[in-house]
Amino acid sequence: MRLLREAYYIILGFLQMLGAAGFFLAQMLRHVPKALMRPRLIFQQVFNVGAMSLVLILIAGLFVGMVMGLQGYNTLSKFAATSALGTLVALSLLRELGPVVTALLFAGRAGTALTSEIGLMRATEQIAGMEMMAVDPVQRIVVPRFLAGVISMPLLVGIFNAVGLLGGYLVGVVLMGVDAGAFWGQIHGTVDLHEDFWTGVIKSVVFGIATTLVAVFEGYYAHPTAEGVSRATTRTVVNSALLVLALDYLLTAFMF
Amino acid sequence: MKQTRTIEIVTGFFIILGFVALYVIATSATNIKAYSEGGGYTVTASFTNVGGLKLRAPVTIAGVAVGNVTNVRLDPRTFNAIVSIRINSSYNQIPDDSSASILTSGLLGEQYIGISPGGSETFLKNGSKIQFTQSAIILENLIGQFLFNKASSGSK
Amino acid sequence: MTTEEHKHSDNVVEITGLKYRVGDKAIFDRLNISIPRGKVTAIMGPSGTGKTTLLRVMTGQVLPDRGRVMVEGRNVARLTTGELYELRTQMGFLFQNGALFTDSTVYENVAFPIREHTRLPEALIRHIVLMKLQAVGLRGAAAMMPTELSGGMARRVALARAIAMDPKIIFYDEPFVGLDPISMGVIVRLIRVLNDSLGLTSIIVSHDVDEVNAVSDQSYLISNGKVVAYGTPEELEHNKSAWVRQFMKGLADGPVPFHYPAPDYASQLLGEVDT
Repeated sequence: MRLLREAYYIILGFLQMLGAAGFFLAQMLRHVPKALMRPRLIFQQVFNVGAMSLVLILIAGLFVGMVMGLQGYNTLSKFAATSALGTLVALSLLRELGPVVTALLFAGRAGTALTSEIGLMRATEQIAGMEMMAVDPVQRIVVPRFLAGVISMPLLVGIFNAVGLLGGYLVGVVLMGVDAGAFWGQIHGTVDLHEDFWTGVIKSVVFGIATTLVAVFEGYYAHPTAEGVSRATTRTVVNSALLVLALDYLLTAFMF
Repeated sequence: MKQTRTIEIVTGFFIILGFVALYVIATSATNIKAYSEGGGYTVTASFTNVGGLKLRAPVTIAGVAVGNVTNVRLDPRTFNAIVSIRINSSYNQIPDDSSASILTSGLLGEQYIGISPGGSETFLKNGSKIQFTQSAIILENLIGQFLFNKASSGSK
Repeated sequence: MTTEEHKHSDNVVEITGLKYRVGDKAIFDRLNISIPRGKVTAIMGPSGTGKTTLLRVMTGQVLPDRGRVMVEGRNVARLTTGELYELRTQMGFLFQNGALFTDSTVYENVAFPIREHTRLPEALIRHIVLMKLQAVGLRGAAAMMPTELSGGMARRVALARAIAMDPKIIFYDEPFVGLDPISMGVIVRLIRVLNDSLGLTSIIVSHDVDEVNAVSDQSYLISNGKVVAYGTPEELEHNKSAWVRQFMKGLADGPVPFHYPAPDYASQLLGEVDT
C-alpha cells in the first residue's frame, strides 16, 4: 500500500514537472531567434555540453559495441547465422542503443553539469543580477545551453554508433573470425537509410531536446540553496532517464 | 585568450567528428546505394508466393548484390505476385533466360532474390520479364508436406 | 512648505500604501516612503523586517499586493517586462554578495552590461571598463577571477559593474555586511563620492547604524512593516522614542526585549509546561 502511494506521488510529480517544463520550453522557443543571432554563446556551450562528453561517449560506445559483438556471436552461432552479426549490431545501435544509451549518459554527464551550473547561478544571485542589469537570463543563459544540447546530442549519437560498430567489428570479425565481407554485406543489405538511420537521428534530436530541457529547467527553478541545487541535480538524472525511456517507446511505436 | 582558442579548436573538432561519424554511418553502414543509384534498369518477375520478401531486399548473383527489390504487387488476374527488381547499370549483361528464386539467408534470416544466370546470348534490359522463377519456400508447407507423406506411407 | 512641496515633486521613488504579505506574515502594512533625487537615503531596520524585499519591490523583482510604487514617475507593478527592463537600464543594483559572474574575469564582469546593451567598439568598451574600475580603485585587478577577490573587493567590482551603464539610481543591499573596517571605510567613501560626482540617487538598505550615519543624508527606520522614524542622522540620534534609541544605540534590552517570548523560566524547569 505504501509502495503504491509512493508510485502515485512519483507519477504525479513527474506529470507536474512535465507540464511546467512544457511552459518553460515555450518560453525558451520565443527567445530562440534572438539567441541564434549570437552563435558564439551557443558554440561556447557546445564545448561545455558536447565536447566535454566526447571521451565518455567514445569509451561507452566502444564497450557497448564489443559486448553486442560478443553476445550476438554467441547467440547467433547456435543458429549457424553468425553472418547476420553485422545486421544485429548495426540495427541495435542505430535504432535503440545509440540514442538511448547516449541520452542516458548525456543526462548524467552534461545534464547534471547544466543543472548545477544554472542552479548555482540562481543561488548566488547571478541570475537576479542579470535581471537587474536588464538582461533576460532565459535568453542569455538558458537558451544557448538548450540549443547547444540539441545540437550536440545527434553528433554524440553518431560518434557513439560509429565507435560501437567498430567495437562490434573488432570482436566479431577480428576476434571471433566472422567473415568481414559477410559482416558489412549484411549491414549494407538490411540497414535501411530511412527506416533505421534517419529514425535514429530523429530519436537523438528528440532525446536531445528532452534531456537538455529537463536539465536547464531543473537548474533554473532549483531552490537557491546548496541542498536545493543538489536535489535538482538528482532530479535531472531521474527525470531525464524516465523521459528518455518513455519517449523511446512512443517514438518506436510511431515510427517503425 | 590562449584558453579560448583551445576551447574553440576542441569544439570545432567535436562538431566535425560528429558530422563525419554520421556521414560515415549513413554511407557505409546502410543501404544508401539502393537509394542513391537512380541509374540501372528495372525487370519484373512473377512468383506464386513471395513469402516474407520486403521492399529493398537485396538481389544477388552468386552472392554478390547487384540490385534490390523496388516493388511487390499482386496481379489481380493470375493472383501471382509481381516483383519489380532494379539492377545496377554496371550489370547489363545478364542473360535473359536467367532464373530468379526467393532465398533465405540462414535458417531464419531475411529473404532475398538470387538470380542464376542462363546461357542465352541476349540480355535482360529495362522492362524485361524473368521467365523462370522459383517461389519462396514456406517452412510450414514443407513441414505439412513432410507429415502428410509420413502419414500416407505409414498407412500402406 | 514650499521647499517641502518642491521635494515632493522631485522624488525618484514614491511608495504609498504598500502592502505585502508572505503567507500569513505581513511584511509591509501601508508603508509610505519617498526618496528625494540626488541624495543618499538609507532604509534601516532590524533583521527580518523585509528591507531587502523593499528594494526588490522598488526594482520590480517582487510585485506588491497592494499600494503604489512609482519609480521615475512610472508605476513599477504595471510595467510590461520590456518596459521594466528599460527602466532598469537606469538602475544599478549592488547585491549583498556581489553576484559577480564566477566564470569570467573582473574585466568581463564590468564589461558585461555594456556588451549586452550597446554595440560599442572594443576599444571604447575598454576605456569605459577601465574608467569604472579606476573609480572603485581596482583597475589593477582587471584580470583576476571573482573567486580570487576578497569580500570587499568583490563588492567594489560589483559596484563598478552597477555603474557601468551610468545609472540614475543605485540600490545598495546591505553594503556593509561582513566587511573589515578598512573595506567598510572604502565602501562608505565610494557611496558618497559616486553619489555626488555622478549625480546619482542612492538608496541603501542596512542595519549598520554607524556606517549609515556616516554616509546618508536621511534615513527611514522601519519595523513591523511600518515607518517608525524618518530624518537626518542627527535627528534620529536625538529621537525621543525608546525603540529608536534602542536601535540606534544598539542596546540589548528595551522595547525589543532580550528574551524571545517564552513560558516562565522557573515553571519550565520544573516541568510544569511542555517544551
